[in-house]
Amino acid sequence: MTNPYFGTADRPVRPPGHAHSEHAPGRQYPVVLAVAVGGAFGAAARYGIERLWPTSGTEFPWPILLVNATGCLAMGALLTVLADRFPAAKRLVGALLGTGFLGGFTTFSHYTDNIRVLVRGDAPGTAVVYLLVTVLAALAGVTLGVFAARAVVGVPAHQEAAGAH
Amino acid sequence: MLTDWLLVLAGGLIGAPARYLTGVAVKSRVHSPFPFGTLTANAAACLLLGFLSEAVLRGHLGPRPELFLATGFCGALSTWSTFSYEVFTLASTRRIALSGLYLAVSVLLGTALSFAGAAVASALW
Repeated sequence: MTNPYFGTADRPVRPPGHAHSEHAPGRQYPVVLAVAVGGAFGAAARYGIERLWPTSGTEFPWPILLVNATGCLAMGALLTVLADRFPAAKRLVGALLGTGFLGGFTTFSHYTDNIRVLVRGDAPGTAVVYLLVTVLAALAGVTLGVFAARAVVGVPAHQEAAGAH
Repeated sequence: MLTDWLLVLAGGLIGAPARYLTGVAVKSRVHSPFPFGTLTANAAACLLLGFLSEAVLRGHLGPRPELFLATGFCGALSTWSTFSYEVFTLASTRRIALSGLYLAVSVLLGTALSFAGAAVASALW
């Protein structure tokens, strides 16, 4: 599955099965557990919003758009604050609140399913608008989250907050 | 009522670590700045949810399995937040083309797989 197009000079293609702290067995369990617990509550929070604001058929899927946009905003802010201020806590707290809660709260599959249902319901215009507005809202959200967090915690803009996992 | 919430919680409890472990498994095999792990989890969830949605529509999946599998599992297996952060990270490390490619491929593949999953359910029932 290794794609020669994406193996670059600064990221050489390494053989499988190398030792790496992130993949070391044993230490993986607390992270997996944190992701699971966070994901359960993230999904439940999204379900709660869907119950409060039910939509159907060819209605514009506002609740899922709102969930995805706010989740992206929060992810940008969370990972920036963790990377810049709490690097020691990043692995577990990032797993619980980021990969787990926000990852489970936001949803890509319901997004594409909404697009499909809109197209099938003879609302292709709404489908295209929803597709594009979600992309813009998510990217604006994550960018705003990162820069707002940097402004608040006072980290220089060139410092990179990498590693969303 | 309580059962409904528990079903969604249970789905999320499995879906989110399935996405995380997919990422770990893919990362240990494919060394690339392209986030194949999230793409794989998102694509799989889109295919499965397309199938489940159509099954619900045709009366082959009840509301409770739907809450567990569709709302909980597929919802948590797929993600916009990690995905958008990866797009942002690629773009901010000057991999603009790769960032745009990742975004376009994810949206187009996910939507296509949603239709594919629904088509499988239509063909079955």
